[in-house]
Amino acid sequence: MNKAVERVEGVMALFARCDINTDAIIPSTWLRTASADLGKGLFGGDRYDEQGNEVESFVLNRPAFRQSRLILADENFGCGSSREAAVWALVQFGIGCVLAPSFADIFYENAFKNNLVAGIIDVETYQELKTLAEAHPEGLAFTVDLHSLTVSVSDANNPLHNRSWNFRMPASRVQAMIRGNDEITGTLHHQVDIADFYKMASSEKQWLFPEHLIGRDTDASNKKNRVF
Amino acid sequence: MDGPSGKSALTLFDKIWNAHLIRHLDDGRDLIFVDRHVLQETTSAQAFHNMRKAGRSVRYPALTIATQDHIVSTKPGRSEDTNPTGRELMQLMRSNALSSGIRHYGVDHPSQGIVHVIAPELGLALPGCILACGDSHTSTVGGLGCLGIGVGTSEVEHILATQTLALSKPKSMRIVYHGTLQAGLSAKDLILHTIGQIGVAGGRGFAVEYAGPAIEALSIEARLTLCNMSIELGARLGFIAPDDKTIAYLEHREFAPKDTDFVSACAYWSGLNSDVQAVFDREVHIDCDLISHQVSWGTTPEDVASIDGVVPDPTQVDDPARRERISQAIRYMDLQPGQTLSGLPIDVAFIGSCTNSRLSDLQLAAALVRGHHVSPHVRALVVPGSMSVKREAEALGLDVIFREAGFEWRDAGCSMCVSINEDVVPPGSRCIATTNRNFENRQGPKSRTHIASPAVVAAAALAGCIPDTSMMKLNAEGLS
Ligand code: SF4
Repeated sequence: MNKAVERVEGVMALFARCDINTDAIIPSTWLRTASADLGKGLFGGDRYDEQGNEVESFVLNRPAFRQSRLILADENFGCGSSREAAVWALVQFGIGCVLAPSFADIFYENAFKNNLVAGIIDVETYQELKTLAEAHPEGLAFTVDLHSLTVSVSDANNPLHNRSWNFRMPASRVQAMIRGNDEITGTLHHQVDIADFYKMASSEKQWLFPEHLIGRDTDASNKKNRVF
Repeated sequence: MDGPSGKSALTLFDKIWNAHLIRHLDDGRDLIFVDRHVLQETTSAQAFHNMRKAGRSVRYPALTIATQDHIVSTKPGRSEDTNPTGRELMQLMRSNALSSGIRHYGVDHPSQGIVHVIAPELGLALPGCILACGDSHTSTVGGLGCLGIGVGTSEVEHILATQTLALSKPKSMRIVYHGTLQAGLSAKDLILHTIGQIGVAGGRGFAVEYAGPAIEALSIEARLTLCNMSIELGARLGFIAPDDKTIAYLEHREFAPKDTDFVSACAYWSGLNSDVQAVFDREVHIDCDLISHQVSWGTTPEDVASIDGVVPDPTQVDDPARRERISQAIRYMDLQPGQTLSGLPIDVAFIGSCTNSRLSDLQLAAALVRGHHVSPHVRALVVPGSMSVKREAEALGLDVIFREAGFEWRDAGCSMCVSINEDVVPPGSRCIATTNRNFENRQGPKSRTHIASPAVVAAAALAGCIPDTSMMKLNAEGLS
């Protein structure tokens, strides 16, 4: 069950690159055990040198950005491998929102499953936010609000405080995130439909569910602990 | 249901999707039935954990199949203990499969192999079927006219618990290949060239159908190679309409339908094609006559060129973001703008991965290396895609050819494609590989990867450098 999310607030780290892939977000070195510290591994290939020491110049290692909550990136963020660990690494590090002009398909799905806000912004918005981030090497905090689908500078004393930028997210996803819905629970409301569908499919297309694959009964509720 | 044009003509994709539609959901997505769910050890442990925590169990274990392929050692004769780091995830896969009644193709199983190699081999992937797996290269099975959907771990959990996926239906795209591939070129060159043309985001949001005479001419194994790299176009799905070759490939496979079931399956499969009037949201045409041997120079799969080509000059690129990305790629790869690719020395040559580790790939590479020797400073490995491929290759004596030429001949697994086991390219080393990703650090920290076809990788292993076309021709003439 996901916790409800309504806003994300904190420093925004800039990754002004397109096609940032999930191997870069979490290198396979951190995927060898079920219990690795993924937050530590976030962008591990760039964040540490060969001896495992932090690369000082890397944005997340700079003091102002160690607590970043937002990431701003260019086109096609999260391409490549389907590894959901990329999203877990971001979340475990503390990132609550990535803003980019576009996201890769599987990453986009994975993000929502973990209540990571993946907000799509116009290219102009990207450029404006990028310029703003570049002008603030000391780190600038932003507030992302899911109700209004806007991002704005958090500090009320900042002259830009009243300026806000829009981002896009499907309305249904926004609602699910605000409510903290569990998707599987939602799907299981259609249990009867699913069972009926399978019954129909397996009688109409017996070739797709041949007996040497499924045995006589494949329903888990009747066949626990079947061992092959 | 109407096609995108509003007429009733349907694409192949529409037909398969519609046949799996349980219902439209209120949020605009579709709930679709998953006929086959394949698991691998690195993306499923958390799914089982969360599923149990929620008090749920696997809905249709017989439709679920598990493998150990990513983290397994490929050392000949290996076991679950050979690579101690990987033991935890492997044992979790085994025990999760066992306790849920799921068939398990573990390291000790004679049919073990890379998930996208064994799904077709075992006849689990069938035309008109939807197969999902927690792995982005699941589209491989599209080569059989099966919709292979790569999913994340939460979706793995969703399928385990419900045997369904809730998805927004992708738009449809067709890539039509005209002309004929020159002799010696392969599906790998075809798809690398395609990615170079339309880019790593060109297929994002689309389900891609590959079509045209050059596709019909491909063998099934070549089609699997082609569809494998759909995700490198950004597409989650890529497939080819089934035909007689598909039927011939599937007959007698372990889990394919048998006897009268096979007959009715063939009848069903004969209707699996896009209607002539069907309209695609995007259509791309590729001229095969123009394609030559491809190799990647950079750090995304769109950074490809002919082996006779040169590293691009970033100053010639208008778009600033692209210019910066290309500069960074050239720096990472330790190359110079304008540098010729052929002749570039390599340290490692890897033949393997779900892209190019099937019998035909190994046969082709073996034919090139027969009677030659790997360049003295090169480490060269062949990792068959499955233990079945390994046995078939050995029955043909390919192992002897590779070994005598100086290649390592290993057991099946993902190996140096993702380097999550102990097969790692050392920092700073340059590897030419038949794999699908050349990302920074992909084959190990600070490793440099050039992706190419089995023929180019085999020739490179012998020459110790990226070959040029004349070397490829010379090698090909040596084949009788
Ligand atoms: S061989 Fe490589 S791309 Fe294929 S499944 Fe394994 S790790 Fe993924």
